[in-house]
Amino acid sequence: MKAIKKIIVWAMLACMPVLATASGGGVHLDKAPLTLQDQASLQRGAKLFTSRCLACHSASAMRYNRLNDIGMSDDQIKTELELPEDVKVGSTMQAAMDANSAKMAYGVAPPDLSVIARSRSADWLYTYMRSFYADSGRPSGWNNSVFPNVGMPFVLADLQGEQEAEMHEGHVAKLKLKEAGSMSAEEYDQAIADLTGYLVFMSEPAILIRHQIGWIVLIFLSVLLVLMYALKKEIWKDIH
Amino acid sequence: MMNLITKLIGWIDERFPLVSTWKAHLSEYYAPKNFNFWYFFGGLALLVLVIQILSGIFLTMNYKPDALFAFASVEYIMRDVQWGWLLRYIHSTGASMFFVVIYLHMFRGLMYGSYRKPRELLWIIGMIIYLALMGEAFMGYLLPWGQMSFWGAQVIVNLFSSVPFIGPDLAIMIRGDFVVSDITLNRFFALHVVAIPLVLVLIIVAHLVALHEVGSNNPDGVEIKKHKDSNGIPLDGVPFFPYMVVKDGVAAVAFLMVFSAVVFFAPDMGGYFLEYNNFVPANPMKTPEHIAPVWYFTPYYAILRAVPPMFGSQFPGVVAMGVATVIFFALPWLDRGPVKSIRYRGPIYKTFLAAFVVSFVGLGYLGLMPATETYTLISRILAVVYFAFFFLMPWYTKIDACKPEPDRVTSK
Repeated sequence: MKAIKKIIVWAMLACMPVLATASGGGVHLDKAPLTLQDQASLQRGAKLFTSRCLACHSASAMRYNRLNDIGMSDDQIKTELELPEDVKVGSTMQAAMDANSAKMAYGVAPPDLSVIARSRSADWLYTYMRSFYADSGRPSGWNNSVFPNVGMPFVLADLQGEQEAEMHEGHVAKLKLKEAGSMSAEEYDQAIADLTGYLVFMSEPAILIRHQIGWIVLIFLSVLLVLMYALKKEIWKDIH
Repeated sequence: MMNLITKLIGWIDERFPLVSTWKAHLSEYYAPKNFNFWYFFGGLALLVLVIQILSGIFLTMNYKPDALFAFASVEYIMRDVQWGWLLRYIHSTGASMFFVVIYLHMFRGLMYGSYRKPRELLWIIGMIIYLALMGEAFMGYLLPWGQMSFWGAQVIVNLFSSVPFIGPDLAIMIRGDFVVSDITLNRFFALHVVAIPLVLVLIIVAHLVALHEVGSNNPDGVEIKKHKDSNGIPLDGVPFFPYMVVKDGVAAVAFLMVFSAVVFFAPDMGGYFLEYNNFVPANPMKTPEHIAPVWYFTPYYAILRAVPPMFGSQFPGVVAMGVATVIFFALPWLDRGPVKSIRYRGPIYKTFLAAFVVSFVGLGYLGLMPATETYTLISRILAVVYFAFFFLMPWYTKIDACKPEPDRVTSK
């Protein structure tokens, strides 16, 4: 029994989620409200992603028909995402703009976004896309408090509107909406939550099923553990 | 039916030592009956080895060892290969869990004096396994070809270039190139998939052969072979089959539950098993701000950084790191204590062992952190504690006030 207790303690220690801060250099990140079970939310995120982000960024590991996993049929993918004639649903997501022209335009090649939620974290993405502000000192006219001097222009400005920054000792102290966009603040936060959720799914499509499979495996193993323990007890009963 | 099986076994036995091998290593190999929790980890290490080999075989079928395709082929495994994500998470979790069980297995050896006579060679073979495992893990980590794969390998291989005179040539010989490149990736793949696993399996067999020759130690640190019955069977031993097999079986299932919890619910373990930055493809032109090795190497990495450069060379730090790793080989001859097990050692050994554990875990933590002034100071103190455990051992184990060992094993 003592040994079993110790195993449990060790198991708990090994499972303890160790908190590590993602790259961000001390910037405060808002918690991304992820709802990965909500297919409608993931689909809205997918639409926003393909209509806005794919103009410059690619997601070369992601096939369009993987969106089947979030409840979109092949027909829906073709029509609702407005796939060009020459793009098949089995194709991977390529950027509309080629990397070289994008580099000429923005100074850096836009990174591939296939696994961006794994390298940057959901919280970072959620905060980043809500932290653009107008900055006349930048070539694109935009800056970002999470990613200072970012090369990317704010392509969602028509939705959020224009924020301005209150500076304090060279850092952004606060962002304020100067000019409203087509969405209210709540609507925009929801849209970004959808998009972040989609990016998390795209970074690891298996995330939608691995928890369920995990529970099945753990239930199977707990039954096996009880049986093994009973077998051990039976075989060891004569040893003192 | 039974008759047929008996005949078949008889036929084999005339040509191959089947029954005698079964008896010598399982049904008539006697293990001490007082094994506790700490004796599970050797068997678990064997289980992880099997898991790694099996998952590795299937990963190899789909992975491309090519600097242009390696990163993408890992994502291909994660998405397009049936159950590929599971294979990959099993393998990446297995790598970390291998070190978890090996460190606990080694700690067991420290606690109960399992390296003492007559088990010196068993311990040395075990240490060779540990070194081979480090090489295996280091080379495997390059294969996903992410930023941490690339820069981690770059930093570690560069350590070799600090060796006086031959250093730079040595580093080129390891990489096969002037920087870590496609050539390095290919040779690390060959070593990771073929060469080191072969060596590992061979020396693990040698480890088991040596173990079964001398017999297992136990939490009391007394030899069960001293007291035998009239048939020559140790009084405090139980046959490995079925007793230890079912006992280890319980531990194996419990371990698999922990393993599965990681694989299915936290495969990146908050960035410690799969580092976030390794989801960025390797870019030789862009050095990451913060390069940290995977957690199982960080105690040694912290020792490396704790030693200041001398005469403009990093070499003293590299030597300290190397000594910290291989000093374990000398344990059988450093320990002069009259008893083996911590149960009968005096307070001095217990204090030193506790301090050693604190230094090992502390250095492991500091090796993950950026080297600030405070952290470097703490690393230096802990590194001194780490080495004091070994270098002062001949002295403190001798003067320690030990309790008398029991004649037979105790049940508690």
